[in-house]
Amino acid sequence: MKVIAALSGGVDSAVAAARAVDAGHEVVGVHLALSASRETHRVGSRGCCTLEDARDARRIADVLGIPFYVWDLSAEFRREVVDDFIAEYQAGRTPNPCIRCNESIKFSAVLNKARGLGFDAVCTGHYARIENDEAGGLVLKRGVDPQKDQSYVLGVLSEQDLSQSLFPLGDSTKDQVRREASERGLLVADKSDSYDVCFIPDGDTGAFLRSELGDQPGDIVDESGAVVGEHQGAFAFTVGQRRGLALGDPADNGRARFVLSIEPINNKVVVGPRESLAVQRLDLETSIALKDVDPDGIEVQWRAHGSPAAARAVINTQGVVDAVELRDVAYGIAAGQELVMFVGDRVVGSARIRSAAR
Amino acid sequence: MTYLDHAATTPMRPEAIAAMAAQFGDVGNASSLHTAGRRARRVVEESREVIAGHLGASPSDVVFTAGGTESDNLAVKGLFWARRTQDPQRVRFLTSAIEHHALIDPLMWLGKAEDAQIRQVGVDADGRLDLAALAELIMDDPDSVAAISIMLANNEVGTIQPLLEVVALAKTHDIPVHTDAVQAVGQLELNFADLGVAAMSVSAHKLGGPTGIGALLLGRSIEPTPILHGGGQERNVRSGTLDVPAIAGFAAALDAAMNDRVERNARVSALRDDLIARIQRAVPDAVLNGSPILDEAHRLPNNVHFSFPGCQGDALLMLLDAKGIECSTGSACSAGIAQPSHVLLALGASQIAARSSLRFSLGWNSTQTDVDSVVEAIAPAVERARLASGTLVDHA
Repeated sequence: MKVIAALSGGVDSAVAAARAVDAGHEVVGVHLALSASRETHRVGSRGCCTLEDARDARRIADVLGIPFYVWDLSAEFRREVVDDFIAEYQAGRTPNPCIRCNESIKFSAVLNKARGLGFDAVCTGHYARIENDEAGGLVLKRGVDPQKDQSYVLGVLSEQDLSQSLFPLGDSTKDQVRREASERGLLVADKSDSYDVCFIPDGDTGAFLRSELGDQPGDIVDESGAVVGEHQGAFAFTVGQRRGLALGDPADNGRARFVLSIEPINNKVVVGPRESLAVQRLDLETSIALKDVDPDGIEVQWRAHGSPAAARAVINTQGVVDAVELRDVAYGIAAGQELVMFVGDRVVGSARIRSAAR
Repeated sequence: MTYLDHAATTPMRPEAIAAMAAQFGDVGNASSLHTAGRRARRVVEESREVIAGHLGASPSDVVFTAGGTESDNLAVKGLFWARRTQDPQRVRFLTSAIEHHALIDPLMWLGKAEDAQIRQVGVDADGRLDLAALAELIMDDPDSVAAISIMLANNEVGTIQPLLEVVALAKTHDIPVHTDAVQAVGQLELNFADLGVAAMSVSAHKLGGPTGIGALLLGRSIEPTPILHGGGQERNVRSGTLDVPAIAGFAAALDAAMNDRVERNARVSALRDDLIARIQRAVPDAVLNGSPILDEAHRLPNNVHFSFPGCQGDALLMLLDAKGIECSTGSACSAGIAQPSHVLLALGASQIAARSSLRFSLGWNSTQTDVDSVVEAIAPAVERARLASGTLVDHA
């Protein structure tokens, strides 16, 4: 196959590309320039795709003996990922930009461009597996390394997307991949993984949002409506958040307060005790059609890390799933988060959470 | 491979390789007083004479630098500082809208760091300088102009600029003119003295010499403020141990280029004309950028530049590269980000058209087969690139 290997300059995509070459594919390496104004070098682990990363990607291509190009998708990235990120927070929701990026950039814009140029697939360093199911279709499965499994952020991919994707690392652990990188002479073997939001290198989401939206002071209130503090912008908060509230006076019972909800229209943040965060029913924005799956035997994840939760898929009168009910109560699930459904290792569906309730 | 990016760099001439190699085994700092030093010095001075001779300059006009970028920086900063020190009201620097980054970036820096007032004069749709606009800018306040810099020929679209007229305009007010002749030297007939410019940038690797060496031709009376202070070499204008092998290679390359200039231009421009005509036939809606008049008064003999509507230049480049055809979407850039060319924008192209362009530049060893290869590959590549382009996002 003719394959575009996305090279971030990190160790995972490097080894993935190497394996694609070994598998006999005709591989071309592409580094995605997603920021219009890139930092020269990485500071620590946060942030990604600086000029230094681009150089690392280029050197990886040199070692693998494959052509190398940089694709400028900064305008698309700004529009589809960054602007969406800001808009979601403004609406009082919690976005997952990595999923948006997979959905609109990596497996959309990049894939379309690759296909248009005559390539058959895009190869990435994601830890996930694509396998054939009994019916002859394709299914996404967790990577074998539970610490690194990235099936959650890939849950949005359609079967069509999967048929044009290559994830060579799904059967390996991170340790195995690093060792392999070292054996292959890829200098990035010891490069630290990037984490958090790639376009917020210092990790301060609140500051980023305030720099984009400006300070918008407003009230922090408790469940009775009493004002208990002040904030600089409701958009910077997430349901379930405990840190950063800077509430001067403690709650009457001395217990910690958490963000219960965000009201964008009157710029209010509502806080309360942990019990008030308890939810068990999650309504979905789009419906999921389950095929050959027992709706009572699913597990769900609403964030990239953490154990999946046992749940029951709620099937509506049209025969599709528009909500899930968790077996056990969970605390602090925000609208906008992606809900990915699993049966064992298999991804069986994915949708954004519209609302969470008891 | 079909290499058609000679404007970025061109293979070294065998004469240049030989001249350089002949120096590698010998030792000697050209500034030393002993026999070894004098031997090295002799190579430098003979090279200087060869270069000066071919460019209509006197040997003392030739200041060796590390290449075109350094020459541009030295000219721009050096002239600005020297002229402003002489007279503090000289804060303006006039240039064109289509200069190479090696020239415009130091100017922009002077604008920020030194409070220089930089003004860029536009060009017409063919890329030729608007002389009336330049005249007007000068006349606004002639005494405040530190210097003017206009390139001799544009590196992207090959348009030749009216330097004689620029110098005439400047002369009436005693304003020194610098020209970036990096693309022009070796191709166009050139006489530094007759041109009347105060300074001229030259780069060896653009004409078959080694990278890392060039010159700033400087009129005898011109004393730019140096960037490199040190041992006082090169008229105290550019300190640093002279790279004897590179200088020898530079001289040999220029010598070869000027000796076969007329014959080579005839051959190369015939190839260029053929390439232009056949691309137009293969892709009827391709747009030729630069001057449509294909003679040495209007367009560089080696330059072909097209916009291909509906394609992204970087997609085209990738497709052609995969077929072994090497060209450029503009100036060579290591970061690989597709910025729309400021040159094309200055010619009046839209942002999208500016990102849909390719430059093919021929060189001393280009052949008919090179041209045939491009012609064969271009139409299918354009069709493919159109498919791949989808919605082109305007980066405005």
